[in-house]
Amino acid sequence: MKQLASTSWRPILVLLLLFIAWETSVRLFHIETWLLPSPIAVIKEAVISWETFSVHLFATMRLSILGLIIGVLFGLCVAIILHRMPFLRKAFYPLLILSQNIPIIVLAPLLVIWLGFGVLPKIIVIILVCFFPITIACLDGFRQTSSELKHYMIMSGSNKRQLFWKLEWPHALPSIFSGLKISATYSVMGAVISEWLGSKEGIGVYMTLSSSSFRTDRVFVAIFAIMILSLLFFLLIQLLEKLCIKGNRKKEST
Amino acid sequence: MSFLTLTNISKSFGENQVLQNMNMTIQEGEFVSILGPSGSGKSTLFHLIGGILLPDDGDIYLNNQPITGKKGFISYMPQAPSLFPWRTVIENAALVQELKGQKNKQTAIDMLTKAGLAHFLHAYPDELSGGMKQRVSFIRSLLSFEPLLCLDEPFGALDEFTRLEMQKWLLSIWTEYRRTILFITHNIEEALFLSDRIFVLSKRPANIIKEIKVPFTRPRDQDLLFHPDFLQLKKDIYYLLQNQKENV
Repeated sequence: MKQLASTSWRPILVLLLLFIAWETSVRLFHIETWLLPSPIAVIKEAVISWETFSVHLFATMRLSILGLIIGVLFGLCVAIILHRMPFLRKAFYPLLILSQNIPIIVLAPLLVIWLGFGVLPKIIVIILVCFFPITIACLDGFRQTSSELKHYMIMSGSNKRQLFWKLEWPHALPSIFSGLKISATYSVMGAVISEWLGSKEGIGVYMTLSSSSFRTDRVFVAIFAIMILSLLFFLLIQLLEKLCIKGNRKKEST
Repeated sequence: MSFLTLTNISKSFGENQVLQNMNMTIQEGEFVSILGPSGSGKSTLFHLIGGILLPDDGDIYLNNQPITGKKGFISYMPQAPSLFPWRTVIENAALVQELKGQKNKQTAIDMLTKAGLAHFLHAYPDELSGGMKQRVSFIRSLLSFEPLLCLDEPFGALDEFTRLEMQKWLLSIWTEYRRTILFITHNIEEALFLSDRIFVLSKRPANIIKEIKVPFTRPRDQDLLFHPDFLQLKKDIYYLLQNQKENV
């Protein structure tokens, strides 16, 4: 805890200064609330409308966690399959990159047309956003396995499965976690975008309703909520990483 | 009856012939060194015995069973310690046992304790010194319980004093557990100090230019390194290898 406080005071200070500058300039120039609300007004609004907003917040949380889990599992499966079958990797790797070039904003309404307003099209959007960082990080991690250790394993008579689970998988874990951090923060954005498509609840819905009725303060509440949620996900993954990664791995990177 | 037999082994990589008609027999419990200049194909020989390469010609027998191209019949210790950084010392030592589906942590603990690593059982490799890492690596290969131990220049990266310590340690362990050891080195002194027999390899394409029976009795200690007979043998081998180079 002490360590956390000693490392995070700098960004917190910068954030605080930013808020102060924002607050004073809104007051100084008499900016209308529907144009740009002051941070204090946003926080006030968050407290007042917490009861209605929390419903949307938890809906988005559920959706993004579900999407993240499925997306990560999908990403890991794709990476493992492509790693184990090099001919598939050569065929599909470029397609993986292409999949990231599809504009989600365009694809999302199409998914609704094809699959309706249920959870499925939303999950697909999140998967599409989440799986890529995982798959790429995972594949790179597998490929960078120390050839020295690999050679040792093969000389000692290990089979392909043992080589994977005892060497390649643990060796790739740090890079998998780097991918996970990116995916986790993306998943919240993915969930919000998918909610724009049409949904009864969620931060995305709250956001569109607020902006169309010029409740800019509520839009900012939604923005802050998304940021805090992403940060929470990130921290959670970081905690998981600390628990999972044993030994000092610094030497490997040299 | 011999323990390990290599008959007429040849191997080339493309145009480059590395081993040429190599024949070798090793008896059970022997400590045999393979001495040769760098790049003479010593490691290739190990890869062939270990089964990860196939010879172009020739066969390899262990206990009269052909093992050409078959993996998992030898204990192997590479030049670099090759410890897994995410495993503790004890987990590293037990690795090969895991591969073979046996789990016997107590034996691992006993052997590590005897090797003076009792305080480091739960340490990670980056907390160990170079000599300690090699000890763990050696114990790991001993724990695989394959009767043939192949050591590929295991002390090459250590400094002079640590190396001598490790050589003495290796001899003491070897007398205790009595495995057959095939030891690759380019260090003449090391080969003489440790082995029963030495095969001297030529430059590429490698074959055996001389087989030397080391006459010194065991147990050996470091005074042997300065014994006139020892120095004479060292000199002979040195000139043998040097003439080889000039002939090429």
